[in-house]
Parts: sequence; C-alpha cells; structure tokens
Amino acid sequence: MNPLPLVAVAGSPNAGKSALFNALTGARQKVGNYPGVTVERHSGRLTLADGRPVELVDLPGAYSLEPASPDEEVTRDVLLGKQKGERQPDALVIVVDASNLDNHLRFCLQLIELGHPTIVALNMVDLAKRDGLELDPEALSRELGVPVIPTVAVRKRGIAELHEAVDNMLSSPRCGVHERVKTDLIHLQRRAREIATAAVVSETPVRRWTHRLDAILLHPIAGPLILAALMFLMFQAVFAWSEIPKAWIQSGIDWLSATATATLPAGLPRSLIADGAIAGVGAVITFLPQILILFFFILLLEGTGYMVRAAFLMDRLMHGVGLSGRAFIPLLSSFACAVPGIMATRTIDDPKDRLTTILVAPLMTCSARLPVYTLIIAAFIPNTRVVWGVGLQGLVMFGLYVMGITGALLAALVLRRGVLKGSSGGFMMELPKYQWPPLKDVAIGLLTRVEIFLKRAGTIILGTTVILWALASIPQAGPGQKQSGVSIAGHIASGIETVVKPIGFNHDIALALLPAMAAREVAVSAIATVYSIDSSDENAGSKNLEDRLKHRWPLPTALAFLAWFIFAPQCISTIAVTRRETNGWKWPLFMIGYLFVLAYLAAGLTYWTAVALGL
Amino acid sequence: MNAPFHPEPTSLDLLAMGTRARIATIDWAALDSGEARRLQHFGFDEGVTVEPLHLGPFGRDPIAIRVGRMTVAIRRKHAGAIRVTPLGR
Repeated sequence: MNPLPLVAVAGSPNAGKSALFNALTGARQKVGNYPGVTVERHSGRLTLADGRPVELVDLPGAYSLEPASPDEEVTRDVLLGKQKGERQPDALVIVVDASNLDNHLRFCLQLIELGHPTIVALNMVDLAKRDGLELDPEALSRELGVPVIPTVAVRKRGIAELHEAVDNMLSSPRCGVHERVKTDLIHLQRRAREIATAAVVSETPVRRWTHRLDAILLHPIAGPLILAALMFLMFQAVFAWSEIPKAWIQSGIDWLSATATATLPAGLPRSLIADGAIAGVGAVITFLPQILILFFFILLLEGTGYMVRAAFLMDRLMHGVGLSGRAFIPLLSSFACAVPGIMATRTIDDPKDRLTTILVAPLMTCSARLPVYTLIIAAFIPNTRVVWGVGLQGLVMFGLYVMGITGALLAALVLRRGVLKGSSGGFMMELPKYQWPPLKDVAIGLLTRVEIFLKRAGTIILGTTVILWALASIPQAGPGQKQSGVSIAGHIASGIETVVKPIGFNHDIALALLPAMAAREVAVSAIATVYSIDSSDENAGSKNLEDRLKHRWPLPTALAFLAWFIFAPQCISTIAVTRRETNGWKWPLFMIGYLFVLAYLAAGLTYWTAVALGL
Repeated sequence: MNAPFHPEPTSLDLLAMGTRARIATIDWAALDSGEARRLQHFGFDEGVTVEPLHLGPFGRDPIAIRVGRMTVAIRRKHAGAIRVTPLGR
C-alpha cells in the first residue's frame, strides 16, 4: 500500500500552529513519538475534494533550520527528509503570525527555499488588526512567490480556503527538494524585515492589550502576588471542585462491586473481579476528576501565555538554586504528572540545567500521590478547623506539597554543587501575546490526558492489581489464619518489612510498597485489595478503607507513610521516561537511589519524632 | 535620523525601562554559540530598535525587552553584551 501524501505544518513558536492544525484536522488526532527521541509526533487526517486522504503532521515550532533544541532538530530533520521513521513531506503549510511577520518570515523564507510545494497561512490577522496593523496578503504572496491565505485558526476563519489551497497544491506536480539552505540568519532576517515592511498597508500605533496586562502581571510587587494567588486557586480547585464528581464515581464503583458480589457465586473468580479488579482499579479511577482539573489549569495557563510570564517572575529565584526560569514550567507540570513534566524539560537548552530539572521533577507532588495522601489524611487527621476557612486536613496536604517543593529546591542546590557542578545556562524566552485559548483545543488536550490515564488504569494498574490479588489470595488461609499472613505476597512483604520496620512501617505497608513500584496510586488499590481479601473471611465488609486503616495503623506509622511518599521514586513511567530523556540507565538509577535514601530518612525522622512526642 | 540629543552609547542592561534605543553593536564573542543563535532567532541585530519593558521582581533580573514586534526575556548578563544608542522615551 502506498503511504498517504504527507503535509507538514511548520512555523515559529507562538504562530498559532497547533490551533491551525486542530482546525484543519479536528479531534481525530494521533499522538506518537519519533523513534529514538522523545519529541511527540502529532498527526491527523485531511480529506481532499476527490476523497483522497492526506496525513497532516504538526512539526514542533522552530525559529530557524539551525536548531537550538531537540525539538527544533526534529523539525529540521523531517523537513530535510532525514528524520528516522518519517517520510519526506510532500507539501508544506507554513504558519506565520500576522502581527510578528518581521520575525516569522525568516524561518518562512528558509522553508520556501527548500523547494517543497508550499502555502503560507497568514495567521491571527484579527489580532494584527486589533494592534492597528493592516496587511496585504497579495503583496506578501508576490514577494514570497507562494500562495498566502489569511486565517484566524481559533475562529476557523480561512480554514476552508486553506483546505482548498492544499488540495490544489497536491494536485500539481511536485519538484525536487534542495538540501542546501541559506544559513546566514542575519541576512535572512534583514530580507524578512524588508518583505514584512512591503506587506504592510497601514499601521496605526495602539496601546496593545498584552502590554497593559504585562504592566500588571509582571509588576515587581503585584506580579509575584498574583502568581501566588493563582497557584493557591489552582490547588484549592483541585480539591474543592472534585468532591462531587468523585462521589459519583465512587458510588458507581460501589454499585458495580456490590452487583458483582451479588450475582457471582462465591469463590476465587468472584474474589478476583470484586476484590481485585473493581476494588483496585476503582480506587484509582476516583482520582480522575482531580487530575482533570489540574491538567485543565495547566493547559489554560500554557494556552493563555501566562506560563511564560510565571517563568519570567520565577527565573531569578530558580537561578539561585542552579535552575533556570524555564524549569518552572516542567516543574509545575510535574504537579500533574512527572512524565509530561520531564518531557517538557526539552525546552531547557542547557544540558546541566535540564538534567537537574529532570532529577528533581519527581519531588513535585504529582496527582498519583493524591490518592495516597487523601486516604491517609482522611483516616488519621481530624477534620477540625485551624482558623476560619482553613481546615487541619487541608493544611497537612499543603504541608506535604511544601515539603516536596523544599526538597526539590534543596536537592537542586546540592546537585548543582556536586555531581552537576558547572555554570548555569541562560534564560531566553519569547513572551507571546496573551490570548484566550479555544476551549476546543483545551478539550483536545484534556481528552489526550484522560486517555493516557485510563489506559494506564486499564493496563499497568489492572495488571499489578490482579497479580497482587493472586499473590495475596494463594495459598488460601485455613480457619483461624489471616489471609495476608499466609499468602505468597505476605511472605514477600515479611522480607520487605524487616528493612522498613525501623521507620515504623507494618506488614500491610510492606505489602503495598512492592506493587506501588509500578505507580504510587497502586499503593491505595493494593491496600484496598488486601483488606478486601482479608475482610471476606472476617465478614466485616461493611467497613470502609479509612475505618479499617484507623484500626490497624498507629498515627506515627501513618505520618511516616506520608513522608515516605513525598520522596519515594515509585513510578515505572517516570523511571522509563528519565531513561529515555537521558539516553541511558546512569541517571535514572541515580535518581532512584537518592530518592529512596531521602524517602527512608524522611519517613524515619517523622516516625521517630512522632513516637518521641507521644502521638 | 536626527536625534534631538546626543546620548552616550550604553549597554542594554543599563538602559532605563521604557527608553527606546537602537542596537549599535553586539559582542557575539561574549556569548556562547547557542545563546548567540537564540538572540538572532529573536531578531537582535545591529540597527534594530529595542526597548526594555519589565524587570524580574527578584534582583532586577531577567529583563523583558521589546525587539521589533516581539517581546523577549533575557538575563541581565546577556543584555550586557548588547551596545545601544538611546533614542529617547
């Protein structure tokens, strides 16, 4: 079978490339990876007038064909037909920001020179107009020698025309591609400025929106305060807004579990389905609302252009511990999940800055820890009010986040003085115009995350839960014996227990720690599974997990368990992505090592202190 | 261009906020190749008009600078490699 014709969408960062790609392909997108590198490959389909399908690929934004980051390298290699696992594009759609032509035309000129059949999408013409800039697309087309289509991708304006132009372009015969491109950036830039000037019909200076907003959001005093308030609102929302949908999901799972127990005959298969699969996976699925809310905020902050401002505000402080302001975005993303966070470090140019950011990213309290934290806090911390509007439970949760952040900053400081010694790199970022991201684009981003999360729940978490169920159920306990004592898992846990006993961990925790290596939230499903199995012979199934924990764990143990999870690198995906991003096992092994040592010390100190205080 | 005054050339990191200036020279040798390339990507070039807009809240670093039609943030030490001639406010 002949592969589909490939059309590459390319352009400088902040040209609205992804919005245009979304407008052309709709929600039918595939996210993959280029082989050997961790750059995501976004592709979608377009149908031509004669019914032929075309594959559209959204290339990472680049300022020129001289790469300054791994993302830009992929863009160059795809365009030159040198990227492994990607065929040479048959045509190009170049996206340029109408209000930033003098800059974006530089890359555009380089791309046209490659000789692919090319169309230029003159994007965001509405914002240019708002800025008092009137452009002549025909004059621009004459200067560039390729068709120019004015578009407003976020409002779907010009998309039909662009579609038609792609159609025409693919119907006409194609010529060969030049490998040699002009690399004199300064010369290209000057030519770009000339063309941009020629394309301007009229320009009326207006006070731009973005500048007015920046005067407030980047204000030396108001700026950091607003940033802190936004962060607070975000974490507040993660907990407050998620309560109702979480309760719905919980009751759905309870119903499912009850139905399974009622309809299936007693025995191992029923235990597998009700205690293993439903109890285990269900315990994790209930956290979907929180993860969604967190990702919603992060996508919104990124889409509006605020995230870069946050990096600007934080740069000097991050610089103080040997990181750059650029690390702020990956680290903030790591509050949702360290995997996209670590992948986002690709935007950090300096290799040592980047490696330090990767190594401390798992210390940010990711959403997978929420199930563990929420369960333990609900069971052991009384729901009392400290001052008006602030509860003790919320305060403990906040404290856990703060401990994670403090740990990360200290770790970065130590790493930069030790194994990653060296001068720190720079901070160079474009501050794009503020804009309201189309909700559809945010929705597409959220859907992708939900898919990844549910896939994980369906594979890794279901798999480890079922294996754990089997290990915890076999062999069956005789009368008077406790199931978690005689099973295979019980024996393995006894081995782990000898190591973790000094820091206050009991047999149940030892049992949960092993499967939690796959993912932290599995600790909750593991505890749920074990108690569910144990309780079926005790006939005490009515008690919920929190009540059971309260009766079986002393308070110092519970606190030590919380402290452990601030640091413990228990996540296969994070370890795998670190291996991929650092091209080897050296750094992931280092990361596992130092984080386990920190986890052990933190849990131990917490336990010993709590015991000494008589808690 | 007839400037109403004859200001002394200075470096970009010393320019007061909101003062427009024209880039006279860039000391490319003071920057490493990646940094130099990024500055070129942002459109820094001799003869281009720049205007510092905002300072980072801690230690007055980094600096947000308008260059051409875009706004970029760079650290103070990199701005120091750029010599400018002020054009007035």
